[in-house]
Amino acid sequence: MRQTCNSDGGVGSTENVQARGITLLSIFVDTPTAEPNPETKLLADFKTDTHLRKVYLAGREYLNKEGQTSVSPLIGKIMQQICTDPTLCPEYPSSFGLPEFTRRATELVLGRDCHAIVENRVLGVQTVGCTGAVRLGAELLKHWYNVSGVWCGPVYLSSPCDDSLAGIFEAAGIQDVRRYRYWDTEQRGVGVQKMMEDLEMAPEQSVIVLSASAHCPTGSDLSQKHWRLLTQLMVRCRFFPFFLLPAQGLCHGDFQQDAWPVRLCASLGMELLCAQSFSHSFGLYGERVGHLLCVLKQSSTLLAVQSQAEKQVRALWSRPSVRGARVVATVLSNPAHHVEWQEGVKSMVERGILVRERLREKLRLLGCPGSWDHLIQQGGLYCCTGLNVQQVEFLEKRRHIYLHPNGCLNPQFCLAAPPGSLQRRHTPKLAVWLCLSTHRIIRVSCLRSPLPSL
Amino acid sequence: MPASRHFCQKVPQATPVAVFKLSNDFKDDPNPMKVNLGVGAYRTDEGQPWVLPVVKKVEKLIVADNRLNHEYLPILGLPEFRSSASKIALGEDSPAIQENRVGAVQCLGGTGALKMGAEFLRRWYNGNDNMKTPVYVSAPTWENHNSVFANAGFKDVRPYKYWDAEKRGLDLAGFLGDLETAPKHSIFVLHACAHNPTGTDPTHVEWMQVAEVMERRKLFVFFDSAYQGFASGCLDKDAWAVRYFVTQGFEMFCAQSFSKNFGLYNERVGNLTIVARDADNVRRVLSQMEKIVRVTWSNPPSQGARLVAITLNTAELFAEWKDNVKTMADRVLLMRASLQAKLQALGTPGTWDHITQQIGMFSFTGLNPKQVEYMIKERSIYLMASGRINMCGLTTKNIDYVAKSIHETVVNVQ
Repeated sequence: MRQTCNSDGGVGSTENVQARGITLLSIFVDTPTAEPNPETKLLADFKTDTHLRKVYLAGREYLNKEGQTSVSPLIGKIMQQICTDPTLCPEYPSSFGLPEFTRRATELVLGRDCHAIVENRVLGVQTVGCTGAVRLGAELLKHWYNVSGVWCGPVYLSSPCDDSLAGIFEAAGIQDVRRYRYWDTEQRGVGVQKMMEDLEMAPEQSVIVLSASAHCPTGSDLSQKHWRLLTQLMVRCRFFPFFLLPAQGLCHGDFQQDAWPVRLCASLGMELLCAQSFSHSFGLYGERVGHLLCVLKQSSTLLAVQSQAEKQVRALWSRPSVRGARVVATVLSNPAHHVEWQEGVKSMVERGILVRERLREKLRLLGCPGSWDHLIQQGGLYCCTGLNVQQVEFLEKRRHIYLHPNGCLNPQFCLAAPPGSLQRRHTPKLAVWLCLSTHRIIRVSCLRSPLPSL
Repeated sequence: MPASRHFCQKVPQATPVAVFKLSNDFKDDPNPMKVNLGVGAYRTDEGQPWVLPVVKKVEKLIVADNRLNHEYLPILGLPEFRSSASKIALGEDSPAIQENRVGAVQCLGGTGALKMGAEFLRRWYNGNDNMKTPVYVSAPTWENHNSVFANAGFKDVRPYKYWDAEKRGLDLAGFLGDLETAPKHSIFVLHACAHNPTGTDPTHVEWMQVAEVMERRKLFVFFDSAYQGFASGCLDKDAWAVRYFVTQGFEMFCAQSFSKNFGLYNERVGNLTIVARDADNVRRVLSQMEKIVRVTWSNPPSQGARLVAITLNTAELFAEWKDNVKTMADRVLLMRASLQAKLQALGTPGTWDHITQQIGMFSFTGLNPKQVEYMIKERSIYLMASGRINMCGLTTKNIDYVAKSIHETVVNVQ
């Protein structure tokens, strides 16, 4: 029997196929292997690294002291309640998702008294995570930004931004995706002037994708003063803001403050989109709880926009999955739960600040050249060290410490033994020390030290 | 407030999704006798949605299991779900599985699986740009087929002849004719069983004829399998067409939904099964699928897939599930038989054998739009304008009313 060996070492029989005269060439023969996305590749490299003290710092999740994602006891209890609730029925949800969820998600961002809500010019759609929200937003923009034709951009993304963002807009058919300068390596913060320069050059009706707080991947945000300047520019140039808010509450420990830029634009009567995620703030990564908020200028357009949104959702995933949204809605609708949850989020933030402070302190003690204040000025899940490409490569190849190529890392992974690390079984506390010099080799050492209790 | 022109000022209202509108109208109807025969979900004889007993059991297991976390699933989904779901469609002893040339992508329900398949085909099938490659969907078909493929970028979505309204059966000659005249490499969306909305499936012999033409003309096979187990009550019987095509050596996509046969409508459990010539092709296809998933929903939701995987991979739970599925299928068969018997007993004009010949959740009654309107307005019985009814909307309590209403409608409205 003739057998074909493929590169995976598997064996496929072709005798039967040949006997029927079917062509041996696959329909998929011309499909090339896709380039793995950078995050997948980094994690794969980490996994195949056999070094005993390897450390992965590029994770996307919030970790507890044991180095794991977890849900709070409150969330666990609510999940149990939902599971045994006989009144809940397995119906198809609407394409917009659970109404209680979208209502609460909307109020969380805008505030219950927001004029836009009162005046009924707000649409909320439950989506499959933040990615789903961005994708739906992109599809909506494409289909109705320009009624006489199909709108194709431009969309402006920050440089750097999440790896997948450009691809999402392109997949929605918006090819004209550009960048505005955001992270300034020298300043180790947001280069506001350069950002404004770039945006001044953008054509009218450009869509500007903005991080409301806890910018991914740098952790660096604009100040309120700079937000005011930016919104003035956006109003003047008729830009359309598309906010990303994947971790509301986890930047400052304050939900209002984290959503402040969105509320500012809404208060100025602007139209906007806002993509939200509840993955981080609830620890419900696997449940894919996302939300797309649309703020319109007039309530008369709400029905039309709603019908278009329904149409787009139908062709993407038809309806979202309900379980995670149900948990979130239950918490947000119950004042006692809401308070308990907010407290939990605040302690996550405090823990995050502690890690950053420890990192900065260690670097100071080591006499590490340069200023490291930016580590504590940044907020949220991510942190941009300011290390350059060569330094990041050195850390990976010579010290087996894995950061994003742009020098960004998740500080939480510094504190606890990260997944995949051989030391995880012993749960030591690890602190990664970064000492860099433009002239010398980077040194990193691992330290076993007890964590102060919070 | 700035007076600048706002971008959605002239947003046109999209045509409402018909089945959603029907549900809304039903909800607003005050008539106590009202019956909803429009929705696409299972109902018990009490007219209630049904949480499968096995699902309740497994949900408790999941909640109690401390080892399960809430981390992101891999982009392509839960591995044990993907492989067990593909096994359900193709059979445990499928030559394709044994030859290691099957891959799968966990998706958001059947829609998500169709979407991923469509997005891949538009990018990579038959050259790099398939916007003009014709996609054929049955006439009639589930209306979302059109939207999914059109939104994926296919400009040429066409009908193939399927339902013969006069015969109230399959238009085989028309179907085969369209297969013969379709441009080579066209994509055909086939309903694996329990055709939606007609409930009319090809016989085995007819499937063989379809396969012969598709092979000769190099047409792409894209199965939509949303009702496996639900149609006849037997998983293997309902998968006959899919498995036949595999034994004939076809490469194909099969979009599977577990919404109906697990009653997991709101957890969005779907799977795109990929059958290719060999493992290397599967690997390359999956690598591209990962890219597509990453920019759509990034990672699929975990709950439903976990539930299905545990059920399919645990012998007693699997047996219990098959039993639950048979319960649902049997009730549908009972309602079919009852409705047909009652219409015959009433002497309703026309033949009603198609009610019991058709299979699955839906039946194409043959009522015309005017008759449908009468049913809705005068009798508060809600069904699709096409004459499609959901057999699950029938109960022992309302079947007399429905039968009499159909009788009255057919007699009074032409």
